[in-house]
Amino acid sequence: MNLKQELKKEWGKLAARRWFLRDCAVGLGSMALSSILGKNALGYSGAGTLPRPDHPPKAKRVVYLFMAGAPSHLELFDHKPELKKWEGKSPPAELIQNYRAAFIHTNSALMGPKFKFSRHGNSGAELSEALPNTAAVADHLCFLKGMHTDAVNHAPGQILMNTGSQQFGRPSFGAWTVYGLGSESADLPGYVVLSSANGTSGGSSNWGSGFLPTIYHGVNFRSQGDPVLYLSNPKGIDDRTQRQTLDLIKTLNSQQFQAIGDPEILTRIASFEMAYRLQTSAPELMDLTKESEATLKMYGLDPKDPKPGFARNCLLARRLLERGVRFVQLFHESWDHHGGLVSGIKASAGQTDRGAAALVRDLAQRGLLDDTIVIWGGEFGRTPMVQGDGMDGRDHHNRCFTMWLAGGGFKPGITFGESDPFGFKPAKGAVHVHDLHATLLHQLGFDHTKLTYRFQGRDYRLTDVHGQVVKDII
Amino acid sequence: MKHPEIRMKPLLMLVFLIGLLACGPLHGEEKSPQVEFSRQVLPILADHCLLCHGFDEKGRKASLRLDVPGDQGKIHGGKSVFKPGELKGSAAWLRITSSDPDEIMPPPRANRPLRPEQKEILKRWIEQGAKYDQHWAFQTPLRPAVHPAPPEHVVNNQIDSFVGARLQKEGLKQAPRAAKETLLRRLSLDLTGLPPSLPELDSFLNDASPTAWEKQVERLLASPRYGERWARWWLDAARFADSDGYEKDLPRSQWPWRDWVIAAFNRDLPYDRFLMEQLAGDLLPGAGPSQRLATGFLRNSMVNEEGAILAEQFRLEGLIDRLDCLGKAVLGLTISCAQCHDHKYDPITKAEYYKLMAFINNDYEATSWVYTDEQQKVIEGIHQEIALLQPQAKNKIPNWHQLLTQWAAKEKDQVTPWEVVKPFNADVIGGLAHPDILPDGSILTLGFRPSDAVLVIQLDAKGNNHAGLRLEALTHGDLPFGGPGRSAKGTFAVSEMKVEAAPLKEPGKFSPVALNEPSADFSKAPSPLDPFFRRGENDSRLVGGPEFLIDGKEETAWSGDRGPALRHQDTHAVFRFAKPVNYEGGARFKITLTFKHAGKDIHGRHNQFLGRMRIALTSSATATADPLPPEVRMALPKIAAGLPPDAPEIQKSFPNWRTTVAGLKEINQKIAAAWSRHPEGNTVLNLAARQGEFLRQTRILDRGDWQKPLQVVSPGTPTILHKTALPDGGTRLDLARWLTDKNSPTTARVAVNRAWQSFFGNGLVATPEDFGTRAAMPPHRELLDWLACEFMEPTQLQAGENQSGKPQPWSFKHLHRLIVCSATYQQASAMTPHQRQLDPRNLLLARGPRFRVEAEILRDIALSTSGLMNPAVGGPSIFPPVPDGFLSLSYLAVDFWNTATGPERYRRSLYVFRRRSIPDPVMSAFDAPNGDTACVRRERSNTPLAALVIQNEPVFVECAQSLGLRVLREGGATDGDKIRYLFRLLVSRPPREEETAVLQKFLQENRHRLAKGEINAHEVAFHAQSKLADLPGKASPNEAAAWVLIARLLYSLDEVVNKN
Repeated sequence: MNLKQELKKEWGKLAARRWFLRDCAVGLGSMALSSILGKNALGYSGAGTLPRPDHPPKAKRVVYLFMAGAPSHLELFDHKPELKKWEGKSPPAELIQNYRAAFIHTNSALMGPKFKFSRHGNSGAELSEALPNTAAVADHLCFLKGMHTDAVNHAPGQILMNTGSQQFGRPSFGAWTVYGLGSESADLPGYVVLSSANGTSGGSSNWGSGFLPTIYHGVNFRSQGDPVLYLSNPKGIDDRTQRQTLDLIKTLNSQQFQAIGDPEILTRIASFEMAYRLQTSAPELMDLTKESEATLKMYGLDPKDPKPGFARNCLLARRLLERGVRFVQLFHESWDHHGGLVSGIKASAGQTDRGAAALVRDLAQRGLLDDTIVIWGGEFGRTPMVQGDGMDGRDHHNRCFTMWLAGGGFKPGITFGESDPFGFKPAKGAVHVHDLHATLLHQLGFDHTKLTYRFQGRDYRLTDVHGQVVKDII
Repeated sequence: MKHPEIRMKPLLMLVFLIGLLACGPLHGEEKSPQVEFSRQVLPILADHCLLCHGFDEKGRKASLRLDVPGDQGKIHGGKSVFKPGELKGSAAWLRITSSDPDEIMPPPRANRPLRPEQKEILKRWIEQGAKYDQHWAFQTPLRPAVHPAPPEHVVNNQIDSFVGARLQKEGLKQAPRAAKETLLRRLSLDLTGLPPSLPELDSFLNDASPTAWEKQVERLLASPRYGERWARWWLDAARFADSDGYEKDLPRSQWPWRDWVIAAFNRDLPYDRFLMEQLAGDLLPGAGPSQRLATGFLRNSMVNEEGAILAEQFRLEGLIDRLDCLGKAVLGLTISCAQCHDHKYDPITKAEYYKLMAFINNDYEATSWVYTDEQQKVIEGIHQEIALLQPQAKNKIPNWHQLLTQWAAKEKDQVTPWEVVKPFNADVIGGLAHPDILPDGSILTLGFRPSDAVLVIQLDAKGNNHAGLRLEALTHGDLPFGGPGRSAKGTFAVSEMKVEAAPLKEPGKFSPVALNEPSADFSKAPSPLDPFFRRGENDSRLVGGPEFLIDGKEETAWSGDRGPALRHQDTHAVFRFAKPVNYEGGARFKITLTFKHAGKDIHGRHNQFLGRMRIALTSSATATADPLPPEVRMALPKIAAGLPPDAPEIQKSFPNWRTTVAGLKEINQKIAAAWSRHPEGNTVLNLAARQGEFLRQTRILDRGDWQKPLQVVSPGTPTILHKTALPDGGTRLDLARWLTDKNSPTTARVAVNRAWQSFFGNGLVATPEDFGTRAAMPPHRELLDWLACEFMEPTQLQAGENQSGKPQPWSFKHLHRLIVCSATYQQASAMTPHQRQLDPRNLLLARGPRFRVEAEILRDIALSTSGLMNPAVGGPSIFPPVPDGFLSLSYLAVDFWNTATGPERYRRSLYVFRRRSIPDPVMSAFDAPNGDTACVRRERSNTPLAALVIQNEPVFVECAQSLGLRVLREGGATDGDKIRYLFRLLVSRPPREEETAVLQKFLQENRHRLAKGEINAHEVAFHAQSKLADLPGKASPNEAAAWVLIARLLYSLDEVVNKN
């Protein structure tokens, strides 16, 4: 390829990259891009180039299974037989000093675990009977049993878990990731969001771009109607009309570029072309007919009718990751079990267990798990104390909960951290949300103190002024 | 190979860009022999040194501070830090230029190495004497002398002189004036947010007079559209939204405030007054409803009503948001950085941050009624009528004064002695809300608004003879309209009350206390529920007097609602104990209130909870409610002792007395009937100052954590900014006066800068939210200062302004006039290769502005050109169509989204409902902020999602369809005429030949396919709101469809979505 051709090729990529792509390679393309994007992509002062990994990344992509509503660690992962012995008694006074739950009085009676636990796999990970499929892939997973956070209410808790701050307006982890690494897909957005069950407390700020450019905002793929908003042409407009329309738009806009010389016109031309490609690529993505029956069954989907829901979203996540999407986030808001704990856990686990496990297995089988981070977790945990009169509910609890990670260079088949006999607070291996973020960014190739964006004169980062990389799990 | 032209251009582009990179980024610095500290040195120090050697004492390393001269002479390593004139004697210089990684500054781990040109500046600065001065933006702006522009530079006003002088320095030339049609479109979009209509366009094109431009400027400034367009400019900064945010994100009625902003721009309310009313309108002398409404500005903060939250936590979050907003929108300083620690770069301490907070920490989070002009007339009519009826009553009973005095004498002893007992606990069962027990023994419940709920109050009463109980429903400034209820109307309905008592000695041993003889100061007749709270057509629940509290039926409730005019006052119910509670050593009481009168929405919107209440006990066996309000009650002894008829006490008690007089029945009924005509208004969130015992102290919060209060601070302003003489206390009004003081270094600069940004795409200071030391030096700083001074103290009387008077200070219209009348604004926007290389972002202003219009303007272009736009101004926000399933992303089921049909659907985008948690997908696609926080600079993204919106979103599609029909109606005879008509409508210019040619080809092709039936004409051409009957004359559906396809295509043109 001669220089001219190379430049031509670069230009094509450059125009496309405006939304979908943000190549991290240091080449002509990204340098020129920085100049063209100017303030829109870079902020006004300081940074002259887009960020790049500062060390070799272990992971190239992320799938985050966000269990909104806050699942009970005591019913799923954190086996506390001791708690059973305390059932009906008030917690020890020193435990609840300076403590606040959301709904209940802090001296409410303790309540033992509601499910049976057993050990699984070569790693001997302990899980409850509510998660049989997760248990079967336990040797892939890295359990964090000393997670803790600052918030005890859902919206602030979710925002903190997703953006590193309880205050609205900060970029989400997904947005930071795509800002840092760009996207590898020319036909799909870099950050895709899929939802099942209810809407989330944190709303779209959970996948927002905050003060980062809006191109880093998560794009919702829907399970009903158009997979992407306004994807279908209006009634009566067939593909031929649409193609001719776009060709003519391109012609007219190109004439405009000739006259005005504003490079922004070229990105506008590109955005219409990408929209057209998206009209094909998004429905293709959602179409599961090419998936094997075995695959569909692994996810628990009916091959004849793979109904919308968490499991289907898990399979879609794999398809998105395969197509170069950098960050996929699934939200399943159903875990807020103040009452009806036993039936609620059964239902929510029933909706999510098989899909999540299948995703891990599927990624592993396809060789994608090594450089894909899978994250499973909610915004906080549940109280060892009971809520309500029926001995069947737990309140919000920020001092201890469990999450799991898989792939992406995290040690498989380990359990890190341990809670006290009540599952109330970490006894060993405490990991704060900021520490988790720091560690995740580390695996993606970034020192969390250096992936910054200047806004209001300050260099902001996902971890604010906190965060320690948890070296023991990588 | 269809478009060879586009294949070469990018290559050229790229070559230019490479050239640009070699030249380095454009900076505002001018090459002058004398280095200026605040312009050149301080930004370098701020970026590379001040994190460790700055203002923040805690973060400071080696006790060395470099932003002020104090430490300049400190000795480090045997040398002064900066020795004036002596590089080798300056320790800092040696460290900066050291090659030892342990020595070099900034240290490698800081990842902020100095560039050679930065070192060069520091070097020259030290050589020239290392003189400090203050950062430019912290000094009050002074009107700079106007630089002469080169003779060939067109100068309409001073803006052009400044720009011309600067361009000359850079070797750039002013661009020629843009074409007239381009200019009028630019001007119309900027001043009104709408493109010019064809008559407007023609009138301007045909106007050859020298004042043609000024006439258009005046026409547009006088248009009500001007206020709509510029209101949106302020709403961004004011983080306006139609919902509360957080999980519940319930709708709020804040549009009356939005309408206030529209009106303020339309009447050119001066900016100082504009700010003053919004910050402290309620505290201004002679404040009226309009001033109180204005204070909705600070209330635009999000409100969290998630179950089980502590309201105080999120009230403080709201205050932090308000300061953030003031910082970004008014001060242009990142004061929020000082929330957790002293500011790292700008000299603002953490204590100063909380001193600013202290100004705004003494308010009620009020909700107020706002009446329309018609309603206001009705209300005035009621007051007039009553003012006439009262004297009639006096005439009817000539000895009324004597009778009233006798009444007072008799009535003054008819009192039940009450003892308020402060509860030790008040619980909403389930914990969804956490009531507060106030010092006066009352219980206030904020946060989550309980619908079906049970409230349990426990209190210990000392004495041993308790014979009756009083339940007071009390007003409070944090309740809607003062309450006493928490419903959307400030009303309450308590379904049942149960009382139990136990001996204090055995406090768990409760037995029921039977209640009888209910009475109340006001007994409502049994009435069906207000429709707002009904759960269905057959909802038979009732509200009424106090007997409903103890009737054992949850379908009936006590309500103290006296109707819209009189409902927001304290009220109470009294009950006697069937058997006195008589326990040796006192009794513990448990009072259980049940609430079962909410409507369908259980998340708070339809609640009827009692916001503030209080319990009192009596030993009297004859306890009854007091029909008289406390101020009348207290006046009775004086009245009984003898007061003249015109004494205020007599006047005050007259209405109560007259209701006891049988002979005045008719007049009483008339007065009651008058009150009952009082309308319910619209509502708005605003501020009301706390007084007296309710005053709060403001404390510094450790690391900004609301649970870690430190020492108390008093209101005060940052020392780095202008001084103010503060009276004791320091109110919001003092803050407002300080902010609008002409000595303020930033207030005027920030306002003119953001206005400039709106016209040119970039501010003169590129970071409108941050004028601090980290802000890039503006290339046109003197122009900024001149505009700021001209804004505050105008001297340039312009065409269109009152020629006999002086221009008005702080006038937006004056400022906007100056800008749009400048030759700088009127330049053509084409980019020459040279400019693209030197100044791609047009910071030097050697060409006219060109950028994609804002979301609202883009949608409004489609609405107005299609002819669909509904021109109504103001009113409640409308619910636009959203895709199926879109609302399910919301945490709550959304049952209030009544998608607008008919003309309401086509209101201007300013009136589209702004929901914070799930923002409107059309507005978001074009980067409109969702209002979570203040936004003073929008992104301008260019994504496929936006492309899809323009082509496929229902309202855009309907616009294309209506535009297609409009062309047939109005576009002329031939295809060429029609294409010309479309172009002029959409981009104000006629089409070029080659444009007409390709469109005609497209038209023919589609006609052909329509004729063959390949395209369904009806599907393409018509929407639910348009009909076949709209087809003009002999036009066929096929013909309509052919033009709709053209219209849809043209909406996607770059030139349509851009201001050119």
